[in-house]
Amino acid sequence: MTRGAPISPPRRFRSAKAVRTITGWAFLAPLLGLNLVVVFGPSVATAYYSLTDWSGIGPAHWVGLANYTRALKDPAVHQALVHNLIWFVLFLSVPMIVGMLAAHLINRVHRFRTLYRALFFIPYITASVVNAAVWKMLLSPDSGIGHLLGTDFAWLGDTRTSLYAVNVVVDWHWWGFLAVIFFAAMQGVEPQLYEAATLDGANTWRQFWHVTLPGIRPTMIFIVLMTIIWSLKAFDYIFIMTHGGPADSSQVVSTLMYDQAFSQFSAGYAAALGMSMTIVVAIVLVAYRLIQKRGWEE
Amino acid sequence: MFPTDARVLGPAQADDPAPRRPDRWRPKDWHVTAHVILIVLAAVAIGPMLVMVFNAFKSNAQIGANPLTPPTSLSLHNFTQAWHDGNYATTMRNSILLVGGSVLGTCTIASLAAYALSHLKVPGGGGVIAYLILASTMPVQLFLVPLFSMWTHLGLVDSRLGLLIIYWATEAPFATLLLRSFLIKVPRDFVEAARIDGASELTIVRRVIVPLAWPGVMTVGLIVALTTWNEFFWAMTFIHDPGKRPISISFLSFQDQYSTNWGLTSAAALFVMVPILLLFTIMQRHFVAGLTSGGLK
Repeated sequence: MTRGAPISPPRRFRSAKAVRTITGWAFLAPLLGLNLVVVFGPSVATAYYSLTDWSGIGPAHWVGLANYTRALKDPAVHQALVHNLIWFVLFLSVPMIVGMLAAHLINRVHRFRTLYRALFFIPYITASVVNAAVWKMLLSPDSGIGHLLGTDFAWLGDTRTSLYAVNVVVDWHWWGFLAVIFFAAMQGVEPQLYEAATLDGANTWRQFWHVTLPGIRPTMIFIVLMTIIWSLKAFDYIFIMTHGGPADSSQVVSTLMYDQAFSQFSAGYAAALGMSMTIVVAIVLVAYRLIQKRGWEE
Repeated sequence: MFPTDARVLGPAQADDPAPRRPDRWRPKDWHVTAHVILIVLAAVAIGPMLVMVFNAFKSNAQIGANPLTPPTSLSLHNFTQAWHDGNYATTMRNSILLVGGSVLGTCTIASLAAYALSHLKVPGGGGVIAYLILASTMPVQLFLVPLFSMWTHLGLVDSRLGLLIIYWATEAPFATLLLRSFLIKVPRDFVEAARIDGASELTIVRRVIVPLAWPGVMTVGLIVALTTWNEFFWAMTFIHDPGKRPISISFLSFQDQYSTNWGLTSAAALFVMVPILLLFTIMQRHFVAGLTSGGLK
């Protein structure tokens, strides 16, 4: 500053600032331009098409809120929402508990930390198509875990178990990621707090409950809220492993929407489903901002 | 009442011939238990992968008899057949092109944008950041169908460039936010010094910012490479020509075709998995750094 001040008089400084603003927006232009074309524009179009009977090709006729009232009454949507809810409960609890346990243990041991973390991470970085194939094999009636247990039950092919079978696979590929996230957060907890707790005679469980958990609360809140969104967006594994079947037993909102758009050619109805999903996501994001503002995560 | 109980219990414990001394034996014991649980968890994580590796070397008859055990002989037959039948020479080349294009494109777009949002003090920058967070959280269902319709009209369906544009647009917001968190740490003095020397803003990005924030750029590049290599949703929806498919989609259709030939599909799965596993092993530090520093999708 002191060196720069005599060289550039106030007026030139102002124009330099204007140039910098223009440059800044020019640097943002590719990002925002692409987003406008691929994300924002089509999103606005979805809002419009959700009020029409569009098939995906050709003209669209205005139908008002008919798609939304149809969605509210559609038993397929109700069933899919129930599946999303079951998915959320499992996806929130199972990977979270296993991931938390793993993170806590890595945090308390001194050797092989990097190795454990790397091994836990492998399912997360593997392509969903590969993970799905591995588990299709392991869950198949003829040549998988069933062979070991002496049963030929088709977990993915039975209407009672298909949703849970896919969820197991998703939980399996996810907990390692949460373990790494939680471990990173736990390293931010002050070691003195553990020393003090040990001096007070707190055992491992109490240390976890009273020191670790409060220490990683912001991460926890973030993960819980994101899990709501991720559960609503659940698509990949269900689509690859069961296509929502058999007999819609693993259908969730996003697979239902994809089916409506690309197999049933009810693009207008699919748009209404997409809009409804977005509204739920927006509500979660607003809730997160509120929590942050009120300081509940601290 | 309670103090009385404590006094009653107190002497009884003291009389115990083998009193519990947590602080003497616990730490060692606890570490053993912790390692045992961690090893079990590691087995849960990579056990299924190991079964896949085993089965890739077995014939279907061998898998039928022993589906979960290591192979007794090493036959590479599954690999040669899968490579040939799945047309992996073509689809792997397609995936490498897509990964290269998305890494170069996304890193360029994100470097410029992250520089603008961290060092240029653009008015309205806070709004842009809020929008990027929103844009990278929205479900793809929000814009999928009109995008498909538009891409059909523009002739961008069944085009690698069309798919690349979608990757740039969908990966750049997240990449920008992550890269910005690295660029904030680049001291302003370096940028100011380059400006006084008469460097243009573009030169500053290329010669000052990117070299100084290289670990951040590496991390972003790796995550984009991983995302693109593993991606199947956009590719499945927008690419139907088998000659233009990336490896994930060719594997998916290969698996549909040979749905119960587990040896063959296991070998094919390894073609998809091994490149990423190698990349991850070499670059583990960067991966973990990026994915844990707020790099959540």
